Amino acid sequence: MNVQPKLPLTAAETALVGQFADQSGALPGNAEMAAHREKALQAISASGLPTRRVEAWHYTDLRRLLADVPERKPDANVSEIKTLTKGIPSFVLKNGMIADVASVDGVSVTSMADVLRADISGVKPADHGVHDAVGLINSAFVTDGFVMKVDDGFVAASPIELQSLHDGGQTHTRNAVTVGSDANVTIFDRHAGSDKSVLASSVTDLKLRKGAKVLWVTVQEQGEAATHLGQVNLTLEDDAELTLFNINLSGKVVRQEVNADVVGEGAKLTFRSVNLVGDKTHCDVTLSLGHLVPNTSSTETVRNVVTGQGQGVFQGQIQVAQIAQKTDAQMACNTLLLSDTAGFATKPELEIFADDVVCAHGATVAEIDHDHLFYLMARGISEKMARGLLIKAFVAEIIEELEDEDLIADLEARLENWLEAHA
Amino acid sequence: MLEIRNLHARIAEDGTEIIRGLDLTVKAGEIAAIMGPNGSGKSTLSYILAGREDYEVTEGDIIYNGESVLEMDPAERAAAGIFLAFQYPMEIPGVATMQFLKVAMNEQRKARGEPELTTPDFIRLVKEAAGSLEISMEMLKRPLNVGFSGGEKKRAEILQMKLLEPKLCVLDETDSGLDIDALKIVADGVNALRSPDRATVVITHYQRLLEYIVPDSVHVLSKGRIVKSGDKALALELEANGYANIISEAA
Repeated sequence: MNVQPKLPLTAAETALVGQFADQSGALPGNAEMAAHREKALQAISASGLPTRRVEAWHYTDLRRLLADVPERKPDANVSEIKTLTKGIPSFVLKNGMIADVASVDGVSVTSMADVLRADISGVKPADHGVHDAVGLINSAFVTDGFVMKVDDGFVAASPIELQSLHDGGQTHTRNAVTVGSDANVTIFDRHAGSDKSVLASSVTDLKLRKGAKVLWVTVQEQGEAATHLGQVNLTLEDDAELTLFNINLSGKVVRQEVNADVVGEGAKLTFRSVNLVGDKTHCDVTLSLGHLVPNTSSTETVRNVVTGQGQGVFQGQIQVAQIAQKTDAQMACNTLLLSDTAGFATKPELEIFADDVVCAHGATVAEIDHDHLFYLMARGISEKMARGLLIKAFVAEIIEELEDEDLIADLEARLENWLEAHA
Repeated sequence: MLEIRNLHARIAEDGTEIIRGLDLTVKAGEIAAIMGPNGSGKSTLSYILAGREDYEVTEGDIIYNGESVLEMDPAERAAAGIFLAFQYPMEIPGVATMQFLKVAMNEQRKARGEPELTTPDFIRLVKEAAGSLEISMEMLKRPLNVGFSGGEKKRAEILQMKLLEPKLCVLDETDSGLDIDALKIVADGVNALRSPDRATVVITHYQRLLEYIVPDSVHVLSKGRIVKSGDKALALELEANGYANIISEAA
């Protein structure tokens, strides 16, 4: 690693350091957690927020992009949101604090704050190094979240929804979800709030035990002044199957990281990401996936639509360990640019140490196909509507893989709203 | 109904002139066949009628129902009743055929100030029209033209034409890639739309299609101009003697 000259702290960095000094005494956790928080804050103040000189942040210069760190507003009034599909149990965090806990058979839930106070051995923050800005900010400031365990063999009758809501300020939440052997569950993970300035960090540790099947749908629809820093750390044991569907619909600056360790033979990861990047916003999805044992498979499909002066990023790193023979990994990133000033950076990285594997990646960046547009218009469909149909088609292909009709209808309605406002 | 006056047009991108002083009049109720060798400008003419942006009209005019269409975009022309059956219909993944049909029909109705179709009415209309073209509802559930055979694509074009009920139909080499059975189905579809207030321009390479869609007039296109016009006998003459004689006569 290059040694960089130390830069003076930015206003945002100074605010983080100052707020930590003010708040740290009140943040939940035992002495061990307090030490973790201190260490995380030290890393931020010593190295600063990552700039484009840090490879993992090359396309997302967080030091420049994070202009504003508002004060926490733990008591602000938060608007509630409807669950993604009707009548499902929800677990709600408001301004980083637990506000509502449903009761679901087969699922046990405790407060992350309580666990941090008692014994953090089961929920130790992942160590991704000094440039892990998302993890470090979250570790330093996390206030609460859900520690959730799905019983072995439990087959959920309906999806479960996790919500992290706010009314500006800051929210730092952490969920740790363990899905027991052969359990089957669908979890919706929602991030939303008002249009006031907010710094939101969210870390999720999701572990699938042997044979567990999970559909995890993250819907990020923060307000127009939001900085959203998300991180999902995944572990897949033997024969576990996870579909991780991530849709970013808004937010000013968004970084969504996915770190996945496929550690069990026969495990299968399906990663789908839809990113709708509006004018003057920045959306970065960074995936780091390790196939660490033989006979595992994954597919990664990312579809992006960028408009105005929006800027999108996808970094997809797949590592195949030397022992991980017969790995099958297929990654594709397709982007539609709706304006001349929209941009997208895509960086696939394959690091393959095994010799009997199938790994592929592909990326496309295109405008709306003029032939297609002409064909639709020649049937009397106005240009705006024809463009909308083509953009929707581009994204809907991924959404429609989800199979749950209500969920598809809900996500497509969100897509149409976005198109109405942006395309 | 359609009057093309001294039309000159070029490819917008590189300025190549394709249409060089083309005159053509097609009356309501008439079926006009345009024949010509490769590269004579047949497909270009069809695209220009439909309003494709890749071509630039530099001189002359296209008058449809008494008004110039040159300033209208493709959607406006379609709503006004101009329909182009594509030689190579585009495959559009992700857009379901039924959804596309419904949007197209309702957009045109909206543009004309008519109420939108209800879903049951829409489905009934599609079923009626699809049956006679031997198009299954299964096929219409697929994305638009994706995985359709050549013949299925052409039949789907005629289905759209039937549903949209245009006033001016332009068929661009609708016979290409069709076997004889498919050709008959397509021709029957076109003939069924024959009406005193509808004009049709059939662009084709071969006389064969004109055995099934019998034209009122035949025009020979060469190097961007109509070089000879006649009745259906002209098509037979072309079939027998080729284009060379007529084109050299005209030159």
